[in-house]
Amino acid sequence: MVYYATLMAKVTQDATGILPEIMAGYEPVIGLEVHVQLKTATKAFCACSTRFGDPPNSNTCPVCLGLPGALPVLNKRALELGIRAALAIHLNVQETSRFARKNYFYPDLPKGYQISMYELPLATAGWLEIEHDGQTKRIGITRLHLEDDAAKNLHEGFADSAEKSYVDYNRGGTPLAEIVSEPDLRSPAEAYAYLTALKQVLLYTEVSDCNMEEGSLRCDANISVRRRGAEKFGTKAEVKNLNSFRYLQRALEYEIERQITVLESGGKITQETRLWNVAAGRTEPMRSKEFAHDYRYFPEPDLLPVRVSAAWRDEIASAMPELPEAKRRRFVRDFSITPYDAEVLASTRALAGYFEGVVRAGAPAKPAANWIQVELLRQLNDAGKEITESPVPPAELAALVAKVESGAINAATGKKVFARMFETGKPAAEIIAAEGFGQISDTGEIERLCREVIEKNPENAAKYRAGNEGVFKFFVGQVMRASRGQANPQAVNDTLKRLLS
Amino acid sequence: MSAATAWTIPEVRAALDTGKISARELVKEFYARIERHNGELNAYLALSPDRAYAQADRIDAAIASGDALPPLAGVPLAVKDVISTHGIPTTCGSRILEGYRPPYDATAVTRLEHAGAIVLGKTNCDEFAMGSSNENSAYGPVRNPVATDRVPGGSSGGSGAAVAANLAVVALGTDTGGSIRQPGSFCGVAALNPSYGRVSRYGLLAYASSLDRIGPFARTVRDVAAVMSVIAGRDPLDSTSAAAPVPNYVAALGRPLTGLRIGIPDDYFAEGIDPEVRQKVEGGIRLLEKLGCRRVSIRMPNTEYAIAAYYIIATAEASSNLARYDGVRYGLRVPGGTLIEMYQKTRGRGFGTEVKRRIVLGTYVLSAGYYDAYYLKGQKVRSLIARDFHEAFEKVDAIVTPTSPVPPFRLGERTSNPLQMYLADIYTVTGSLAGVPGISVPTGKTAEGLPVGLQIYGPAFGEDRVLQLAHAFEQAGGAEL
Ligand SMILES: [Zn+2]
Repeated sequence: MVYYATLMAKVTQDATGILPEIMAGYEPVIGLEVHVQLKTATKAFCACSTRFGDPPNSNTCPVCLGLPGALPVLNKRALELGIRAALAIHLNVQETSRFARKNYFYPDLPKGYQISMYELPLATAGWLEIEHDGQTKRIGITRLHLEDDAAKNLHEGFADSAEKSYVDYNRGGTPLAEIVSEPDLRSPAEAYAYLTALKQVLLYTEVSDCNMEEGSLRCDANISVRRRGAEKFGTKAEVKNLNSFRYLQRALEYEIERQITVLESGGKITQETRLWNVAAGRTEPMRSKEFAHDYRYFPEPDLLPVRVSAAWRDEIASAMPELPEAKRRRFVRDFSITPYDAEVLASTRALAGYFEGVVRAGAPAKPAANWIQVELLRQLNDAGKEITESPVPPAELAALVAKVESGAINAATGKKVFARMFETGKPAAEIIAAEGFGQISDTGEIERLCREVIEKNPENAAKYRAGNEGVFKFFVGQVMRASRGQANPQAVNDTLKRLLS
Repeated sequence: MSAATAWTIPEVRAALDTGKISARELVKEFYARIERHNGELNAYLALSPDRAYAQADRIDAAIASGDALPPLAGVPLAVKDVISTHGIPTTCGSRILEGYRPPYDATAVTRLEHAGAIVLGKTNCDEFAMGSSNENSAYGPVRNPVATDRVPGGSSGGSGAAVAANLAVVALGTDTGGSIRQPGSFCGVAALNPSYGRVSRYGLLAYASSLDRIGPFARTVRDVAAVMSVIAGRDPLDSTSAAAPVPNYVAALGRPLTGLRIGIPDDYFAEGIDPEVRQKVEGGIRLLEKLGCRRVSIRMPNTEYAIAAYYIIATAEASSNLARYDGVRYGLRVPGGTLIEMYQKTRGRGFGTEVKRRIVLGTYVLSAGYYDAYYLKGQKVRSLIARDFHEAFEKVDAIVTPTSPVPPFRLGERTSNPLQMYLADIYTVTGSLAGVPGISVPTGKTAEGLPVGLQIYGPAFGEDRVLQLAHAFEQAGGAEL
């Protein structure tokens, strides 16, 4: 028996290449609905673990299996994380919000309804700034509300998958925040920038780990096109399944072109839900019969209205970490680095912390910023490591930067030393001493230094030649000083002996 | 079913304390009686002897070692089949839950067992607690032990009948619009619908979540109070359970009634009420006056909208609560070619007519375009009815009404007219909508010997006052009026 009709779709219109000048006559209008899994240890309404990757159906209980008679109890931590996210994107947290039931049938929905805030969301009316084309743009955010996640239908991977589907309820009941933007985005690139900025804020505030592969960040888009200059929005389509940054951009590009093609050929856009088909690289309508839902929302009688006191909200706000925008501004102001450098360095809290650690350990900010961006990030990238896994701690990078800045070693040598530090995890000084990176062994250079010192000190040279061997140490010292300690001492000895004899 | 075999909680305790009987022997005695009478009455749907004897042996061991016994030690208990019991079939009187054995106990059951009670089995009921006669059970109707050609009331008909026939000392029922009080009245036993939030709903298979409550049946008000003292109180697993402190309901029983004002909604006695019922209830009110109560006429102006509001709210919630019975995880599954077909066949075959009727009603009132006209309006009426009660309780200490406008009717007599059946809930649904506690106690019998119930409402969390009045009434011979 085939349990779940596959999401078959017939492709109505293929986007064909449209002339760029025709494309340019239209303006896309995009709003995003982003679902993020809140980083709680337990589920939204029961005490089951939210751990990813456990054996199927091992993290379940009567509540998240929707067994008859079981009742939900709101996880306070989920609420707290929702409030923190809301505050980070400048939303007004409501004193009273309320869960409702969103009713529909599907095997991944064991209660037959999802518990989701509807009429009274947790927070409303905020914004997020995005950087795009060197411009800062403020994108409105309509609302943030909490809900519980569905389970996972498994249609593949079992011996009898041809006739049966399985359901893994581990994910079912995981807390989600849905963040709905205003239709303020005007291009796929802006949508990309918005999702990037949103993800950054959610990571900064440790609300979610935003792992798109594990499904902890999911994105749907509402999209329409209108003639440039027109005020009225066009008919929108909702595109689902945009579960990577790349798909988001590609799906939006496809959908914009499709809609323009339809309009240009005299057609009308149907208001519908479409699915991004990853393999085919196009959006396809979902079968309307199965998805034209009347969700019959009504207040969830098993839960009391959610009350957030001003005191609690303020407490959460005061524990909020510095957000990306603020950090970028501070880096430019306090460290005199460029806005571009600030953006890179503040892209994650960990990287920003590393940078500040290097500066705190005494390295000047600008070269510290360069070393991190050019050397450290490249090495980390090559090694597939996170900044938190860097083998070179901030203080050691600071020590290396200091040596290069003081001229103790030149930049080229510094890079070699850094590579070894990254490889071995040893401090700069140790590598320089042990591996001779700091030493001048070039006999020509050493000879030049020795001659200089002898020429400047004719009396002492005469004394030595007269048999006073005690002055030899003086010459060695002078040469070493002139080489800033980098000359190979044996070579200096030999050269001086030769030149003074 | 002679009175000689009828046990009460204090009698059970005295017999155990004096060694007159062991808990195991007592359980055996009850199972023997169930064996004899259940064939005719159909009060029990499932028995749980393993669990009952294991609990009995624990009690006997405690007695043997001289341990202090918990308050309900050895008390045989029947549990309505809409309440989850670990490992014991829990069907809600429905085909759709055939074969379902829950992996967990309802909080009320856990608390009762912890207090020493012995779960004998699960009692029959109208399917998903939808009905007032127990004729909607997929497993056949229950017969009223007082007159076996009559219905025991519903939906907790099995619990009422089990207690009346001494097939259990106490029973748990559930009440959404009268489903504890009305069968209590029909079977001639005491039956309390506690305040909403007073007893945890965790493990109660929901019909209408904002109205459903668990409450006790017993042959004496004192036993009702003893069970309440155990099951009442905040439960962290039920967000809607109240934190209000739980008084010792038994200790509160003896207080005199002198000076208590009882409100009588005169409209409730005007039309649609059986003359014999009216006469018995009025006799009951006079008895309360004799006991020192002062009668005060009150008005409950929004009562006429109660039935409509109730059937909108309850069915709306039911349409959502019953969505989970889809054949995917437990209970009945009727295979189909597609997912949708499997849903349709499973639910089509699994649910009975009344359940389907209410799911359709509830789906309709929540539908886009109808929500405001029905569900929202129903909620507004509900607030008005709650206000009626609130205002009344500013003037009176309790409200006294009939429990049901009619005495127990014959099986099959009313099944053809669901609306008539709905309208008979009038005295009980008002209290359900308002969230207040109400008890039904016997107030004499009709000429044919059929029990009549007197309902006493108290303000929210005023169970102690309701029990105090009912106890005094019972002790003064209310049942023999
Ligand atoms: Zn769970």
